[in-house]
Amino acid sequence: MSEQLQARGLRFCRGTRTLIDDVSLTLPPGEMVALIGPNGAGKSTLLRLLTGFLHADAGECWLGDRPLAAWPREPLAQRRAVMRQQNSVTFPLPAADVVAMGRAPWPAGNCQAVVQEVMQLTGSAPLAQRDYRSLSGGEQQRVQLARVLAQLWHDDGPRGWLLLDEPTSALDLYWQQSTLRLLHQLTRNGRFSVCAVLHDLNLASLWSDRVLLLHHGQLVAQGAPHAVMTEPILTRWYQADLQVVTPPAQDRPQIQLRP
Amino acid sequence: MINRLMMRWLMLMSISMLVCMLLAANLGAMPLSLRTLWQAPLSDLAWQIWLTIRLPRVLLAVLTGMALAVSGAVMQGLFRNPLADPGLLGISSGAGLAVALSVVLPVSLPPLLALWLPSLAAFAGSLVVTLLIFSFSRLAQGQLARLLLVGIAINALCGAAVGVLSWLSNDQQLRQLSLWGMGSLTGAQWPSLLVCALLIVPALLLVQTRARRLNLLQLGEEDAHYMGVDVKRTQRQLLVLSALLVGTAVAVSGIIGFVGLVVPHVMRFCLGSDHRWLLPGAALAGAILLLLADTLARTVVIPAEMPVGLLTSLLGGPWFLWQILRQQRGLNE
Repeated sequence: MSEQLQARGLRFCRGTRTLIDDVSLTLPPGEMVALIGPNGAGKSTLLRLLTGFLHADAGECWLGDRPLAAWPREPLAQRRAVMRQQNSVTFPLPAADVVAMGRAPWPAGNCQAVVQEVMQLTGSAPLAQRDYRSLSGGEQQRVQLARVLAQLWHDDGPRGWLLLDEPTSALDLYWQQSTLRLLHQLTRNGRFSVCAVLHDLNLASLWSDRVLLLHHGQLVAQGAPHAVMTEPILTRWYQADLQVVTPPAQDRPQIQLRP
Repeated sequence: MINRLMMRWLMLMSISMLVCMLLAANLGAMPLSLRTLWQAPLSDLAWQIWLTIRLPRVLLAVLTGMALAVSGAVMQGLFRNPLADPGLLGISSGAGLAVALSVVLPVSLPPLLALWLPSLAAFAGSLVVTLLIFSFSRLAQGQLARLLLVGIAINALCGAAVGVLSWLSNDQQLRQLSLWGMGSLTGAQWPSLLVCALLIVPALLLVQTRARRLNLLQLGEEDAHYMGVDVKRTQRQLLVLSALLVGTAVAVSGIIGFVGLVVPHVMRFCLGSDHRWLLPGAALAGAILLLLADTLARTVVIPAEMPVGLLTSLLGGPWFLWQILRQQRGLNE
């Protein structure tokens, strides 16, 4: 599968404000991409354009050989899954049922096996029978991650594009690490691509292959973490007083705020 | 495993429904036990009563109970709100207003169309209010308080309009209107029952085919979209179907409150929130509840009979208050 998810000259306006301004990017399979940027840069909006939920005012998103909008619903859902920041559920629902919903685009069959496997991977297996509403924010995120992985799961692991909006926002250190390690490792199969909005620059630096820096709706920098996460670039776009330290024997810089 | 458990529940409920149907058909101003019927010839008065009065009435109770309960379950699923109900949201009264219009306004139609007119009017009325409520709920981002206020406004408005119509009507129309507003299954006759069945049964089956999509909508419209659901289309279809269910039920039996609220609630507690099981469960339980209520309404003041809508409201009102109190306590904890 040599398909790519491609954005060409995206522009998106709401009223008089231009939220996304001429953004082009490519998400090839087998890559883990972090989307970073200061508050209000348009990260979530860009993500929603890439998922096909919002329609650009100019430009287009392509998946493989045709525009995103031209894909029939189910085949598209089999190839791209999205995890949003929050989900609220009104009625009592076991966590395992939420994960099983991820199999909706697929014919029934090995649903149970897939659900068990992804819940094991994301560490949400012990939560399977708990009511989703009673879970903590972090536990809910792990269940949602299991759901979107289930949506893209094949016999030999996930395939397709997974877009995530701050998947680690409610996770503690242990789960931040294991979640991003998991996603990074899953992309190594070469058929699975991850694009995550991340607020924590250090997490973005540690696990992404490529970083996209968005500012006022424009893609102002992109490249490997050590190329983008430099003091001049970050200071310029974030306006924060910070320093960048690169631990020896690593090319993954870590960002520290100056007191 | 879970499926087998659910199937067992549904089987059990189906059997209870059949038992209730038999009981309901036997009880009444003139008790007709199975033995009496067995021994009597088909031309006997007992059979006459059973076939032309009891049986259609029992079947109508089943259909109406199913329609109200399922439309309640669908509304609650669509609005993602446990207190959504055709009655509270004003959908029943919208249908009521349309039926009142069709009763009072001087229109003369060929008999075949006249038979269908109340159903069509009720359907149109419930559809209009449903769409209105739905657009409001999207503006209000599904806030319950707002939605119920809209429902109150619509209820008040339709009530006033029906009041005006009653004031304009002649004595016979007035009596027809006021009895109808209390909700009763006395109008059960084979022709109207047939019309009812032709609308309600297909609508119930169509709703059932959308149960999975309704499940996915529980995660929110955006997530349902990502999982391959055509959200707008599904919502529209389900709204139209539940308006059809409510409209038809209201057209034949007047306003019977709280069935659509109470039944899905209890079923969610017993069967869980998976609509593939919840919808048939609600249908069966709705049928059972209305059968019991109607039998009670018919027998409690023999030889007269009480409008069943009054009975369900008398029982459902306190239950609803208790629910609100319980929710409030849940919020305060």
